[in-house]
Amino acid sequence: MEFPLYKKRDVAIIGIGSSKFGERWDKSLRELAWEAAVPAVEDAGIQGRDIQLVIFGNMSGGLFVGQEHVGALIADFLGLNPTPAIRVEAACASGGVALFQGYLAVASGLYDVVAVGGIEKMTDVPSDRATLALTGAMDSEWEAYFGATFPGLYALIAQRYMYEYKLSRETLAEVAVKNHYHGSMNPLAHFQFKTSVERVISSPLVADPLRRDDCCPISDGASCMILVPADKARKYTDTPVYIKACTVASDKLALFEREDIVTLKATVEASRNAYRIAKLSPTDIDVVEAHDCFTIAEIIALEDLGFVRKGEAGRLYEEGETYVGGKLPVNTDGGLKAGGHAVGATGIKQVVELVKQLRGEAERGRQVSNAEYGLAQNVGGSGATVVVTIVGR
Amino acid sequence: MMYVSARLNSLTMIEQLYYTRYFHDRIFDIDGGVYSLNVGIVGYGVYIPIWRIRVDEIAKVWGHDPNTYREGLGVEEKSVPSIDEDTATIAVEAARNALRRAPEVPPNNIGAIYVGSESHPYAVKPTAATVAEAIGATPSLTAADTEFACKAATAAIQACMGLVSSGYIDYGMSIGADTAQASPMDALEYTAAAGGAAYIIGKSKVIAEIECTYSYTQDVPDFWRRDGDIYPRHAGRFTGEPGYFEHVVKCTLGLMEKAGLKPSDFDYAVFHQPNAKYPLRAATMIGIPLDKVKPGLVVPWIGNTYSGSSLIGLAAILDIAKPGQRILMTSYGSGAGSDSFSLMVTDAIEEKRRLAPPVRYYIDRKVYIDYATYIKLRRMFKGVDY
Amino acid sequence: MGVPFHWRRRKERYRLIGSRCEVCGKVFFPRREVCPNCRRRGRIVDVELSGRGKVYSYTVIRVPSEGFEYYAPYIVAIVELEDGVRIMSQIVDCNPEDVYIGMPVEVCFRRIISQGDKGIISYGFKFRPLDETWVKYYEEEAKVRVSEAQV
Repeated sequence: MEFPLYKKRDVAIIGIGSSKFGERWDKSLRELAWEAAVPAVEDAGIQGRDIQLVIFGNMSGGLFVGQEHVGALIADFLGLNPTPAIRVEAACASGGVALFQGYLAVASGLYDVVAVGGIEKMTDVPSDRATLALTGAMDSEWEAYFGATFPGLYALIAQRYMYEYKLSRETLAEVAVKNHYHGSMNPLAHFQFKTSVERVISSPLVADPLRRDDCCPISDGASCMILVPADKARKYTDTPVYIKACTVASDKLALFEREDIVTLKATVEASRNAYRIAKLSPTDIDVVEAHDCFTIAEIIALEDLGFVRKGEAGRLYEEGETYVGGKLPVNTDGGLKAGGHAVGATGIKQVVELVKQLRGEAERGRQVSNAEYGLAQNVGGSGATVVVTIVGR
Repeated sequence: MMYVSARLNSLTMIEQLYYTRYFHDRIFDIDGGVYSLNVGIVGYGVYIPIWRIRVDEIAKVWGHDPNTYREGLGVEEKSVPSIDEDTATIAVEAARNALRRAPEVPPNNIGAIYVGSESHPYAVKPTAATVAEAIGATPSLTAADTEFACKAATAAIQACMGLVSSGYIDYGMSIGADTAQASPMDALEYTAAAGGAAYIIGKSKVIAEIECTYSYTQDVPDFWRRDGDIYPRHAGRFTGEPGYFEHVVKCTLGLMEKAGLKPSDFDYAVFHQPNAKYPLRAATMIGIPLDKVKPGLVVPWIGNTYSGSSLIGLAAILDIAKPGQRILMTSYGSGAGSDSFSLMVTDAIEEKRRLAPPVRYYIDRKVYIDYATYIKLRRMFKGVDY
Repeated sequence: MGVPFHWRRRKERYRLIGSRCEVCGKVFFPRREVCPNCRRRGRIVDVELSGRGKVYSYTVIRVPSEGFEYYAPYIVAIVELEDGVRIMSQIVDCNPEDVYIGMPVEVCFRRIISQGDKGIISYGFKFRPLDETWVKYYEEEAKVRVSEAQV
């Protein structure tokens, strides 16, 4: 069965905002929301009272700060009562599914102004507790229970990938090097330093073969976007960006249940649907935000998204084609590795960056020239949920 | 006979063991000669963890001369449990090996499981229940944990003998397993080791018939541990004569008298092995030639596995004994007591013993660790629980 | 994880009891109430898995999550069992350098985790390198005999 069966109207993004990602000792969960929502509302040129529905992605307010009911918290602290506010969750794809829900709300014709966002406050707990909280994204009974960690799961993928295909340790490190290079030019990124292959491959092992510098950091952050119907977008802004497709797919929760652990079938399925709905193909995409929670994830993402064949993504990195200016710029804001991975916020942050790129508003040095279409891939857990969003001018 | 059986059944297991000797003479006519209850060992299995620490390594830490301990105790190295091993896991591995040697025994037909240990993982929660669940013997069985220092499991073998020979159950299993803790700097640190052995008692397809058993029990405070204390304490040299030798020797002599046997009737003798010297001295005191004892001496390479000690020694003999040979085994538990058994190997042994790894395999399967790793594996860090 | 959970999954963890759908023949571990292929048309029964398999992928956890700190470093692997299912488990009795994809392994019974030293202990399956060299010991009596101590 092919989806969508029926779409009422197209959706545009008219406002974007993001907090600085990082270790935000200064802000609680509730204050971070403000830091992202204000720029988004101002960018959209609307008032808070214009927002008709708020949908925020947040993986685990409960385990990190003892706070559930995050939707209500955000509406309250953004001064938006009695506007409906809902929190959605799909582990690290919470932001992506928040966008998906907001898209459905506007496309269906039921809402005209929707604020979608994502938010996560991870640094109030010690890092081994944070690691434990993140294991909620995997199978708690049969993966986390036996001592698996998130780096461990992606390390299993990396180990198998390096066994089945040719990928050197150095090439894998190039992913991190590139993302830090882009991130160094992004004032909102968690990290602003550049790094090198030598530094990455000599950083301490976390879960063989992945090292500390293969892994995204634990970050606090929030991002927000304002969605309106496409035919009303020009009322608000001269530079609307249109959502060409927003699709979600699911796969087995546990990594060991998957047929082939070096392919995320949910990415393949969601992106195939997205291309079909948008009437585009991989060659049309000018800039990509791939979910690089670990360096290996970016490698297999480019393959599963259809940019290269399985096993060939390494070559793109060896030839430097994923830098701004290359054939396929990926993660021009630093991705998750340098930009930070405030779990619930990432899916929104990715599309915020795509909008910046399409509008030509990114910092010089990391602005892709003449970007017309962008694609964002947001992954939950080890691939059990994947959201693929294609945006265009 | 029925009256006696009924009386026995109404007693607790401890009382049963005490009365065994009292009633034995009345149940069976003894005027010398061997008689049989027709029960025996149907399957046996051992398990010894892979890690070893050498005497030299321990001596280095305390500034001892390793040769003092190597020669004085006759021990080279001892086994150390993995960080995720404990008495329950060792008992399960031994039990699974015993079942491999007794493929005709359906696990859910095992009517009793007893685990004897000084280091049960819980103070209150039975190891035997975990073992029963892990081998698929649940739910129709009786189970209990037993304690009597290092002879907890041999006492349980006697209980299984009773249950099987009276027809209450078809098969009973007794497992002796320990992950012994010894106080650092104490002589026992060189020998306190980890390992276990499991024995299935039954009436059919027996590989070694238990011809006779005799026990000798007195109240002797040679070695003890109060509740809440981490390490056991002992009374030094007092543990020798009034403890080990009094009971091992008297019990063995008592068994031989009861069964009408002499040392020359036995091909092998296995004694509890807290070190390599005691069993040999006991053998000399009894009049058993040392070359009948040495094949069952495993302590030099794995240390003292406490409740597993005499049972692993017996397994080492069962790995090599021929049909028609007779084995003597006497265990010892501090506090104090001994259980002695006379076993006659049957024709069934050749075929069955090769179904699971021999003791020698587990002795040879080893990886050495240093003292720091030993501390980590023995969970001896302060204030840290895992 | 609460006490009832530890108890509920004991058969799977202790004895590798999985499920088989009698309609499509597929084997599952962990157990499933519903066959994902057949859904309501399926018929699920218990099946005890063999416990033998090969390493499909592995990693060495050096930065554990809470509760597993003192076990580090430990090897986590996806094991492909003879029965055709894959499961996640740890590899024990093995140095991290010695694991490789394709290594034959067999199941063993170990502690998984304990809730400090006051809570309950959870046991279950782990895997160790398959070593069948013990069979050779029975080929000669001399080999099986424990070498006698020079005491």
